[in-house]
Amino acid sequence: MLTALVDYDSGNLHSAQKAFERMARETNAGDVVVTSDPEVVAKADRIVLPGDGAFPACKAHLFDHTGLFEAIETQVTQNARPFMGICIGMQMMASTGHEYTQTAGFDWIGGDVVHIDPKDKALKVPHMGWNDLVIDNPHPVLDGITTGEHAYFVHSYHVRVTDTAHRLAHVDYAGDITAIIGRDNMIGCQFHPEKSQAAGLRIIANFLSWAP
Amino acid sequence: MLKTRIIPCLDVAEGRTVKGVNFVDLIDAGDPVEQAIAYNAAGADELCFLDIKATHENRGTMFDLATRTAEQCFMPLTIGGGVRKPDDVRDLLLAGADKVSFNSAAVADPDVIARSADRFGSQCIVCAIDAKTIGTDADGAPNKWGIFTHGGRKAALDKDGNLIDAVAFAKLIAAKGAGEILLTSMDRDGTRAGFNLKMTRAIADAVNVPVIASGGVGNLDHLVEGVTEGHASAVLAASIFHFGDYTIQEAKEHMAAAGIPMRLN
Repeated sequence: MLTALVDYDSGNLHSAQKAFERMARETNAGDVVVTSDPEVVAKADRIVLPGDGAFPACKAHLFDHTGLFEAIETQVTQNARPFMGICIGMQMMASTGHEYTQTAGFDWIGGDVVHIDPKDKALKVPHMGWNDLVIDNPHPVLDGITTGEHAYFVHSYHVRVTDTAHRLAHVDYAGDITAIIGRDNMIGCQFHPEKSQAAGLRIIANFLSWAP
Repeated sequence: MLKTRIIPCLDVAEGRTVKGVNFVDLIDAGDPVEQAIAYNAAGADELCFLDIKATHENRGTMFDLATRTAEQCFMPLTIGGGVRKPDDVRDLLLAGADKVSFNSAAVADPDVIARSADRFGSQCIVCAIDAKTIGTDADGAPNKWGIFTHGGRKAALDKDGNLIDAVAFAKLIAAKGAGEILLTSMDRDGTRAGFNLKMTRAIADAVNVPVIASGGVGNLDHLVEGVTEGHASAVLAASIFHFGDYTIQEAKEHMAAAGIPMRLN
């Protein structure tokens, strides 16, 4: 079993790598590699796409690596390998990003990535810190995670899904903020499971044993 | 609902935790990685390492601390001290930091915040502001705060030779792309007399990014005031936790009892 963490020069992979390695060890889920090599992605059993920063820059960085996105897309949409996007890696799963400029996403899950606009104007953006999840749709990767569990967020944009069946969890920030999206063999977390202490490690372990 | 964060801060010099009073008289307070692990287990919401003697020779020590901490603590870690350029941010992120804090370099050149935020995203760029009361209104209440750099030793002056106003500077660096402001009151740091609430509130209300209140915590009511009166999004403290006066859980329960949303589980 091989889990590939895709490195495309966007953000901090170190904590994600350490968290996935730790849980792969604890659950006998095989090896975790950090890679930007399309050939390694093509052989991976699971794929994780992290990412920090602005949507257009992250997308550009990803596409700077020749063949990398094509390898990911083949694995996820044709070979049905389990996929997890984290933060911007999750946002890119949607149809269109609206940060700075309009940028096409992968369009795997219909929806737009829009600026957070809390109804209470005293609330700060970025939405930064621990917020409690409200589970909308149960999912194997959320096994053992109940409404009220906290996760660590840091972001200014979030995904508005077209089909509510694809929103698995949200949090409240004077209005709903999408926390987890998914369909078929793909899931995306707006928060950082690798920084969300026990709850985050549980989600990572669940992902590593998920057989969609 | 978003919860207010409690952030234990470890002031680090030459690989050891120290805590000064008014930025001097350092007392050895132990091994940062062991403390980080203990705070992780205790439910701290984030951790902060500040390299207070950030000399070039010490950089390797800080990278080592970051790496060892990130291997064992799956929670947000901010590192500051001696950060001068975007490449320093990259090095610390690669070592295991989640956020990197600028201080003196951002005062000297606020555009370093913009360059770093453009490259790595605002979410990982913190700007630390060390400020001191420099003016009062007709009733003697503080209403003006000036910025100091280099661990509080040097007054920050604008091109006309005036002390840089802390509120105006906070607005400037938020506009440049800082994702968070770590605001330390030098009047209060290490005194245990409580946060400088007027200053915290003036800055928290002036910017739309989270402000972390720092400097002066002596008891749990001070943490509450930082949020209710200072309007801070997070509270940072060192001595009260390091020396075992209070646990993180006690602090969280005290703040929750005062009506502040906290992460208790």
